[in-house]
Amino acid sequence: MRLHTSIDFTDEQSMLLDTASNFFRDRSPVATVRTQLSTDSGYDDAMWREMVALGWTGLAVPVEHGGSGLTLAEAVTIAEPMGRALCASPLLSSQLFAQGLVAGGSEAQRFDYLGLVCGGTPATVALFEADGNWDLEQIRCRADIDHGRVRLSGTKTLVNDAAVAELIMVSMMADGAPALVIVKRSELPTGACGRETVIDETRRSFHLNLDGIRVADDRLIVGDAAQLALTAIRDGALLLLSAEAAGGIAGVLDLTVDYLNTRTAFGRKIGSYQALKHTCAEILIGLERARSHLYHSASLVAAGEDSEAALRMAKAESSSAFAFAADRAVQFHGGFGFTYECDAQLYLRRALWLQYAFGDAAHHRRHLARLLLPTV
Amino acid sequence: MSAVSELEEFRNEVASWLSEHRPPEPDFLLPESFMEVGTDAQFAYLRDWQHKVYEAGYLGMAWPKEYGGRGRPQVFQDIVNAEMAKQKVPFVPNTIGLNWAGPLILAIGTEADKHRYIPGILSAGDIWCQGFSEPDHGSDLANCQTRAVRDGDEYVVTGSKIWTSLGTYAKYMILLARTSPDASSRYAGLSYFLAPMDAAGVEVRPIRKLTGEYGFTQTFFNEARIPASCLMGQEGDGWKIAMMTLTFERGASGGQAGGLAGMAVTVADVVELARTTMRDGRPAIEDPLVRDQLMQFLIEEQGDRLCAVRARIPALCSERPMAIALSGKLRGTEHRRRLNQFAISLQGANGARWVGDADVVAGGKWQRSYFNAFSATIGGGTSQIQANIIGERVLGLPKD
Repeated sequence: MRLHTSIDFTDEQSMLLDTASNFFRDRSPVATVRTQLSTDSGYDDAMWREMVALGWTGLAVPVEHGGSGLTLAEAVTIAEPMGRALCASPLLSSQLFAQGLVAGGSEAQRFDYLGLVCGGTPATVALFEADGNWDLEQIRCRADIDHGRVRLSGTKTLVNDAAVAELIMVSMMADGAPALVIVKRSELPTGACGRETVIDETRRSFHLNLDGIRVADDRLIVGDAAQLALTAIRDGALLLLSAEAAGGIAGVLDLTVDYLNTRTAFGRKIGSYQALKHTCAEILIGLERARSHLYHSASLVAAGEDSEAALRMAKAESSSAFAFAADRAVQFHGGFGFTYECDAQLYLRRALWLQYAFGDAAHHRRHLARLLLPTV
Repeated sequence: MSAVSELEEFRNEVASWLSEHRPPEPDFLLPESFMEVGTDAQFAYLRDWQHKVYEAGYLGMAWPKEYGGRGRPQVFQDIVNAEMAKQKVPFVPNTIGLNWAGPLILAIGTEADKHRYIPGILSAGDIWCQGFSEPDHGSDLANCQTRAVRDGDEYVVTGSKIWTSLGTYAKYMILLARTSPDASSRYAGLSYFLAPMDAAGVEVRPIRKLTGEYGFTQTFFNEARIPASCLMGQEGDGWKIAMMTLTFERGASGGQAGGLAGMAVTVADVVELARTTMRDGRPAIEDPLVRDQLMQFLIEEQGDRLCAVRARIPALCSERPMAIALSGKLRGTEHRRRLNQFAISLQGANGARWVGDADVVAGGKWQRSYFNAFSATIGGGTSQIQANIIGERVLGLPKD
């Protein structure tokens, strides 16, 4: 049960973190976030273009495919402040698509699609199904291969950004083993993609009916490559979602502390009451531990070391600490906290969405126990 | 020989010495730190062990030879400390001397002080204790009320110190006392002494802890006369020197003589316990709920380790630079208290037993360790005070 404790943070990462923090603070104040809650795409395309122009879509893509040749550790420095600002964009969906392709895609597939992602073409991954199982290898959707053609069947759910994604990487069972297939938006039959209603109103989630879709077999990723791709997607998701959650804790802590320093009750600022003050200290501790887990696991991912335990810890800590912080934020805003107008609900919705994306804390603890507590 | 292989060879030498010379398990339960030494038998066992480790050359390795040290680079001592922890040998009890008073004397003491005090600190011939806290002021050091009045070539000391670990066995105390009650500030009137505990008028009264054991004392100074040469620095330097002592205590500045200072309980120890205790006829480690709780504790423990690493990277602490340092005590001590509490719960019905019972699990060390964990959640500023400090100084919330 020996765990590493290294954290590497480069000057370049530090600059990226500063740049991204300023960007999202300026471009995504909460009023702007609210204007996007009811739009179709859920995000501001002009801002997305700026993010692309800053090179953020290609940070973790090799240079030969149009990226910067850095790692997901750099992407973390974007995702953390983006999460803090509750800013919506197709960045994470696109990054997961790219990570799957970098890890498992053929040379031709990488050549065909990675450049597009770097250039800002939205892309996404379709992994989950109706049973809500987080195990990425428990797949019911099928890919039947016949004379160079692949016929897809089944339905994917909770697919993020499917309405704007030009490219979708879908997990399937092919010949009894997990496989991935790249589907273009133009290949989706009318009505295949339907909007879902999810708890976080900044997100756009869809179900995807694959029945009747046929693609050429050069779209497939199978065998060991598929395993590598699925692992890379899972690792990328755990890392970037942990980053969003860590940012979210910081954001909701600011909101709460501001209110506690403003609101008066019984003749005192409510922040002077220890029942509230001590809970804020507890939230801060969650934030500090979450950020420490986050940047440690980012370091392992960047170095190409075994990061599964670190990532699962980061996700478990950051998402439960965020859920606690947002829950208390609603409570501490009193009657105002019960209203839609109070921003605490935006964070609580985001926290719960993050908790249930790619495994909640209990799910990751069960896997940690499998990794770290052998019983024989 | 290359430096690396020299260190590797040294590590092997220490490892084999420790496994060969570790003292036999005593027939009583050992304390887990110098703060918990409660019986003469425990004290003698640990003092003899320190003496043996020192005689073998493994204490004060980086201290100057002329005072009894070995004059070698610090890395050798670090290796010894790590090996002692790894092999879980008993700790060396003269913690205050080795790690706080000793480095302080070497840093700012006179040549005579160094010759007089350092050898006894290393050999455990002279045990040291600390007289900072007072009965009515908790850990508010600046509020120190113990008086020291100069009278010829002596100081006359009156007052009382509390929570004095090893008070019964100590030959010397690092003592903070007020020499100028009318000084310009509460800090300016304090002075710092290396006080002999055998002076007439010094009375040591053991305090019985919640465990039923002894381990702390209250020390009374009833017009006790100590030589004026005991003063460290000048009158009025007390606060400055006390703060310097705290930097040694917290390990913030190097210079410690080394040696294992206590038995740190980790999640890995509780995992081992869960392998040997049973739940519903199976090892507790197989119970999904136990596994889940163990992982919760491990995520916290690892998070705190990683916080210590991140605290050294300014770019990752820029927003609230003091957050990790000021939350460290609250995080660590509360984690440890709850971890011990959980360890008892792994014993099923046997969780109700206590130290001394024939069938108690592991001699009752988990039960005792849980009770003793309160010394850290209370001493040095309670957890509730720590939470206030975080709320006010880190988050900027208003005072009560």
